[in-house]
Amino acid sequence: MAHDSHDSHEYVPEIAVDRDGNQHEVQGWQGDTYGGKLGFWLFMLTEVMMFGSMFMVLSYYFHLHPQDFLDASAGLNRVLGGTNTVVLLVSALTMGLGLLKMRNGDVKGAKLMIWATILLALVFLGVKAVEWTAEYHHGIFLGLDALQSGNEHSLPFGQILFFGMYFSMTGLHGVHIIIGIGLMLWLLKRINSGKVTPEHNILHFNIALYWDLVHLIWVFVFPYFYMIGAGDIAGGVIHGH
Amino acid sequence: MSKSYFDETHCAFGHPKSTFMQWMLTIDHKRIGIMYAVVMFTFFFVAVAAALTMRFELFAPGQQFIEAQTFNQAFTLHGVIMVFLFIIPGIPAVFGNIVMPLMIGAKDVSFPRLNWFTFWLYILGCIIALSSLFNFSIADGSVVFNFADTGWTFYAPYSLNTDTNVVTTLVAAFILGMASILTGLNFLVTIHRLRAPGMDFFKMPLFVWGIYATAWIQLLATPVVGITLVLALLEKYFGIGIFDPSKGGDPVLFQHLFWIYSHPAVYLMILPAFGIMSEIIPAFSRREIFGYRTIALSSASIAGVGYLVWGHHLFTSGMSDMAKTIFSFLTFFVAIPTGIKFYDWIATMYKGKIVLDTPMLWALGTIITFAIGGLSGVTIAMIGSDIHLQDTYYTIAHFHYAMLGGVVFLFFAGIHYWFPLVFGKMYSEVQAKLAFVILFIGFNFLWFPMFIAGYLGMPRRYFDYLPEFQIYHQFSFWGAIIFVVGLVYMFYVLIQGIRNGKPTTPNPWNATTLEWHLPTTPPPLENHTKVPYVDFRPYEYHHGQPVVKFDENMKRID
Repeated sequence: MAHDSHDSHEYVPEIAVDRDGNQHEVQGWQGDTYGGKLGFWLFMLTEVMMFGSMFMVLSYYFHLHPQDFLDASAGLNRVLGGTNTVVLLVSALTMGLGLLKMRNGDVKGAKLMIWATILLALVFLGVKAVEWTAEYHHGIFLGLDALQSGNEHSLPFGQILFFGMYFSMTGLHGVHIIIGIGLMLWLLKRINSGKVTPEHNILHFNIALYWDLVHLIWVFVFPYFYMIGAGDIAGGVIHGH
Repeated sequence: MSKSYFDETHCAFGHPKSTFMQWMLTIDHKRIGIMYAVVMFTFFFVAVAAALTMRFELFAPGQQFIEAQTFNQAFTLHGVIMVFLFIIPGIPAVFGNIVMPLMIGAKDVSFPRLNWFTFWLYILGCIIALSSLFNFSIADGSVVFNFADTGWTFYAPYSLNTDTNVVTTLVAAFILGMASILTGLNFLVTIHRLRAPGMDFFKMPLFVWGIYATAWIQLLATPVVGITLVLALLEKYFGIGIFDPSKGGDPVLFQHLFWIYSHPAVYLMILPAFGIMSEIIPAFSRREIFGYRTIALSSASIAGVGYLVWGHHLFTSGMSDMAKTIFSFLTFFVAIPTGIKFYDWIATMYKGKIVLDTPMLWALGTIITFAIGGLSGVTIAMIGSDIHLQDTYYTIAHFHYAMLGGVVFLFFAGIHYWFPLVFGKMYSEVQAKLAFVILFIGFNFLWFPMFIAGYLGMPRRYFDYLPEFQIYHQFSFWGAIIFVVGLVYMFYVLIQGIRNGKPTTPNPWNATTLEWHLPTTPPPLENHTKVPYVDFRPYEYHHGQPVVKFDENMKRID
């Protein structure tokens, strides 16, 4: 988005003169770092609206079927989900450190941190795959009998809806992780070809921003799906209901 | 002869020699706007053809030319093209691109390459949307189309059960939504960052205010429909259950999510159109606009309040009475800022030197048609009358008066207004005025009988009807014929203008805003010779003449 102009010749802003002869620098679209950041923040808003709508759907059905939601949630693997939460939080840290290093001129350290982030993102996806596979073998997956209506394995309505949203939202979140990995690989390529430098780091900044949003969404996804049914373990909510 | 943007361009990458590739790769906002216009109006005529097919079929009760199923596909095709391919990108994609940067004294939009990418995303969406048109089979000697038959609203659960090709239409709507989001994002940053020095928000032309309010709707509302369509796809192919009553899902939830976007979307269509009106009225009244701030802020408040009214589409879908009452009142509320604009425009004309050139005729015609469209909207925002009029021809007449008689008429007004700017030539005024008269008469013949038919109970989207409605359908049919003749004639006049029009000066209308202070017409590649310092209001007239004048280096000389 903001990487439009790194032509060989440096852009020289124009000067506008008012009637009293005062000079005013004209903001061009070339090399507008602030504009690049603004644009990406606006893009982040669209992501918030997208996931926000899904959370709205989720809370609507939670309101209709509270007990089914707690029962379904109790069946999720909190160890794997929790591990992934930690992995993603650490990856946000490495991403942020990478940006700091880039700004301080340590390009090599920045690249190392981006590779670390990519590695952690792959770990996240790996854990996710293990989790989904386990659920598949338990008979709970999109298209399997448990999530269809009107057969002997059918779960109650609330649980079907819970798992429908669980696979949709964690799936779309996973798509964002994959896109993030692609963006980071592209960033590394731009760094190697000298298009992203300690002085021109807007692309790095925006991808770090994107990664922060991806982990922020997970920070809401995790409690909503994994933790609401955790009362059983702690000996609380469900039985005292 | 100086070079114009038709002679040279910047490209997204490379420096191709061929003119064709230069157009395909151009990042110049003016060229991109023209390409949007060409593609959009091509599809516009496809959708008009679909509508005309329906009017032929409805000329008499019973079956005439097409099957009932084909009729369902025809209104879906008409709706999908008109809404997603034509009117939603609409004025922002064409005039937002061509004129908005010129109005604020910018060289281009903030992200020209993103703008290029967005255009091609839009083209991709168009191709996917129409791909299922070519997905047909031939059975028993007749052609069976697989195009979606759900209507453009894709209501669950029918859209989840139909065998027709809903998937491509949903994917296309999602991609077109992305293009819309990126356009809005680009314009928001452009308006925030690239205004000429001295031009604060209350010195911007009102069209820019319209684009600004629109861009926020594009940015914040479109993702909601995007994810709704994704959820509908997941529902259809993976059975996640949330819109499927047999799994405890709620089909009405789809309607809510759909209209959370699609109602603000009608303000997304009309706000830039109002912006065009606010440009034309002062320019052809030779008078400073009345109530500049109230018009600017009413755009912002329509965009804001417009978010909170979607429930009025669901009055008959089973909502609580409390929710209905709230949505009804909020809907009335939108009429207030809209009314403010209308009174401001009329006050601007009062004691002005009104010049009845073609753009002004279109603007004045729209004041009549949109007033009918807008006020009939208030009548169906009332819960009681809506129960009677929902899903009848009355509603159809209402939104065609508002959308065609409001948005598209003002789009035509804008085309006639900025035509000399874009092409440096002038169409034949006499012929263009004649085209307006034909279209205005045809339009009212076409749509006004539907108010009556709908009030008497003619339901929308029906293939057949009771004999007592025949008279209204036949009036509409002849209106449609007049309207289509007018359309063809108008485009003929415009194309003749492009080919053989007389060359014009940079400011043929004596208008005041910055896009009329370009050095040459058509404008050069990088717009104004120098960026001016803006210490004046956008519409300053004195005794019918523009106040602000510039020399060739954009220094004020008045």
